[in-house]
Amino acid sequence: MLDVSEIQTFEHDVLVIGAGGAGLRAAIECSNRGMNTGLMCKSLLGKAHTVMAEGGVAAALGNVDRRDNWKVHFRDTMRGGKFLNQWRMAELHAREAPDRVRELEEWGAVFDRTTEGLISQRNFGGHRYPRLAHVGDRTGLEMIRTLQDQAVLKGFGIYMECTALQLLLGGRQIAGVLGYWRESGRFVLFRARAVVLATGGGGRAWRITSNSWEYTGDGYAMAYEAGAQLMDMEFTQFHPTGMVWPPSVRGILVTEGVRGDGGVLLNSKRERFMFRYIPEKFSVETAASEEEANRWLKGDKTARRPPELLTRDVVARAITQEVNEGRGSPHGGVFLDIASRLPAETIRRKLPSMYHQFKELAEVDITREPMEVGPTLHYFMGGARVDSDTQMTTVPGLFAAGEAAAGMHGANRLGGNSLSDLLVFGRLSGIGAAQYVRGLGHVPRVEEDAVRAAVRRATEVLNRDTGTNPYAVHEDLQGVMGRYVGIVRAEGDLKIALVELERLKADAARVRAPGASQYNAAWHEALDLRALLVTAEAVTRAALVRQESRGAHTRVDYPGERQEWQNMNVIVRRGKDGRMETEVERRQEPPKTLAAIAYATIEDLEANRV
Amino acid sequence: MSERLFRIWRGTAAGGSFVEYRVDVDPGMVVLDVLHRIQARLANDLAIRWNCKAGKCGSCSMEINGRPRLACMTRMNQFGGAEMIAVQPMKTFPVVKDLVTDVSWNYEQNRRIPPFRPKPRPADGQYRMRQVDVDRVQEFRKCIECFLCQDVCHVLRDQSRKDAFVGPRLMIRLASLEMHPLDTEDRVPALREEFGSGLCNITRCCTEVCPEQIQITDNGIIPLKERVVDRYFDPLLGLVRKVFRRK
Repeated sequence: MLDVSEIQTFEHDVLVIGAGGAGLRAAIECSNRGMNTGLMCKSLLGKAHTVMAEGGVAAALGNVDRRDNWKVHFRDTMRGGKFLNQWRMAELHAREAPDRVRELEEWGAVFDRTTEGLISQRNFGGHRYPRLAHVGDRTGLEMIRTLQDQAVLKGFGIYMECTALQLLLGGRQIAGVLGYWRESGRFVLFRARAVVLATGGGGRAWRITSNSWEYTGDGYAMAYEAGAQLMDMEFTQFHPTGMVWPPSVRGILVTEGVRGDGGVLLNSKRERFMFRYIPEKFSVETAASEEEANRWLKGDKTARRPPELLTRDVVARAITQEVNEGRGSPHGGVFLDIASRLPAETIRRKLPSMYHQFKELAEVDITREPMEVGPTLHYFMGGARVDSDTQMTTVPGLFAAGEAAAGMHGANRLGGNSLSDLLVFGRLSGIGAAQYVRGLGHVPRVEEDAVRAAVRRATEVLNRDTGTNPYAVHEDLQGVMGRYVGIVRAEGDLKIALVELERLKADAARVRAPGASQYNAAWHEALDLRALLVTAEAVTRAALVRQESRGAHTRVDYPGERQEWQNMNVIVRRGKDGRMETEVERRQEPPKTLAAIAYATIEDLEANRV
Repeated sequence: MSERLFRIWRGTAAGGSFVEYRVDVDPGMVVLDVLHRIQARLANDLAIRWNCKAGKCGSCSMEINGRPRLACMTRMNQFGGAEMIAVQPMKTFPVVKDLVTDVSWNYEQNRRIPPFRPKPRPADGQYRMRQVDVDRVQEFRKCIECFLCQDVCHVLRDQSRKDAFVGPRLMIRLASLEMHPLDTEDRVPALREEFGSGLCNITRCCTEVCPEQIQITDNGIIPLKERVVDRYFDPLLGLVRKVFRRK
């Protein structure tokens, strides 16, 4: 029998899993509060998915348009989230984002400037005013590098290329994490009084995704298996503009900044089709003609916003419909044109990495010709259910922030609200974890049987003489999710997906990784499959339960929003028999003051009458 | 679809050799796509470090037909139809396995650099910087830490002087701090004494391989060298600077 004391062991007050924006910010906060902090990440430091964020970080600084303030940001966020957001989280986010951005500047971030020398802000979908602080189209890189530098300065323990396998409990409380070093294949045990999940999303369960390889839903699966509740898992955001050609780059993100800076969507008939897809709720704030949209772009404050800047769910569905009705581009997308809208020099300056990306990967010069784009799985609004103020999940000592957590974005996230989410809730989860640790009476001990079982489960994959190919199982899963749990869903398809997932679970249970455990890609792939399958099943089951179309969740058999569902969250958790179960839970009434802001007219908000 | 011949270095720190793989290649593929296909079909345990597959994270650095490159940004159609493609790990860093190297030395160097120290905020709480003044550091901050510049640097690669020179990546990091409009720290003495600015002999190999097209030598290293020269070898200017503490 394996002797647990022989496993390399580290002890921390707080262990943060994931070194993207949320994880780094959480760890910095814990360290600031005197916690013995550790940070483990699957990749090298600075490579997490945050690095790919392009457009910017949303914060009502009011530098470009003085009418902006937290209330308008809050209202935009709630409207974008179709009022399913946790009210308190959306409030905290809108209130605190400006301070978090200024803090980054103090830590060395260099944002683009206005002519007065202040942090510049750009327009983005669903945001009433220019609100996104940015650095060209590489804002995520700037943010992660700044946080990385700050983390290095703090000097806490950073465990790179170290993957978390399982959360460990002592009784009902968090007591640690079992992981493995990718490089050596050796197991590592972290004893910790609190754990923060900052593991991002699970887009790799789909084939067409903007997500990098790390995004295998590890946090969702680990939280679920530790007994935590997941919430809002049916809301998976398809970003409207991913690359569609060549096939090998299909899904790679094309920033919304292209549209924010004036880019327009065209179908094969060269029609600016978005004017035909304006939802009634947004019609009073959206331009009615190309002439008005163009005036808005030039800064005319009496004009309304172009329809290309409607929320992502609306634009993604519109593109899908254009393609399905035969008006798509040659490779099955639509055209995104910036070339005819801005001078070549301006495009290269404002969108340098888009210019570079299309030139290098698709041999398309975006200053001369339009891009071909289509929807790509981008973001999970759902995740571990957390307390709005402390970010603690339903498991004591387990916290979650960023994409790993649910609630902030409701049914649909606005562009730019993710980077600000990472900063605001990364910090709050750090505060929450530190307070929890301080109040902890006794230190829970890791249950050693669980450690042994987890090690056995992981090493079985290496010891099999025959078995399935983990890459093939993963590809199979991606096909199933793309076909049956895509952008438009139906009961029949979702039920087929559940049957397919049972088959895939059986395949995954027999998976084999040849070779030794040292930097063995097949083994890593095999271990990620478990989390991918839990994530895929949670999304599918939640999607089956929600019988309406809201935000990013579209059911052809239940079109339109249903009022009764606005008051409901779908909860996913592990049942007593070990099977996944769902529950529909009634939401609490919103605080009156917040409801008044969210439902106010923009005139009343601007005049400060709310 | 066409079949291509790949030679991939397989092995560990203990040793290794090139192994040949024949694989179908589809139009539009980059080298990383082909490596993934080989991994999925022919060599399940092939070690590759990669993340974003969009040239944004700098993980998949390797040497392709002798040239340091990002595998995700190297298109297959730039190679001749019958050309064999040889892929090997970066030479400057110790091999972990196959195409993965141990780049931790770079992270250790980064820790030695005196951190950003901003001037206090003005009374209204708003830092003001002009775009023209931040353009310069924004160029350096584009760095994705792929370490390809470190890989080709003669001082590190051929002369094995990791003990004396931090290399182009860290020089760019130093430049991004030294030229930051808000920074107040003085790193000039350390540039000369600890980071080895004098060892770079300006061959510009680092600039050539930079996937972000940062003008590493001309805009970063040379101006830093000039600061060192001004401080240490121009006594009059040195005195003036000492008196006025100008950066």
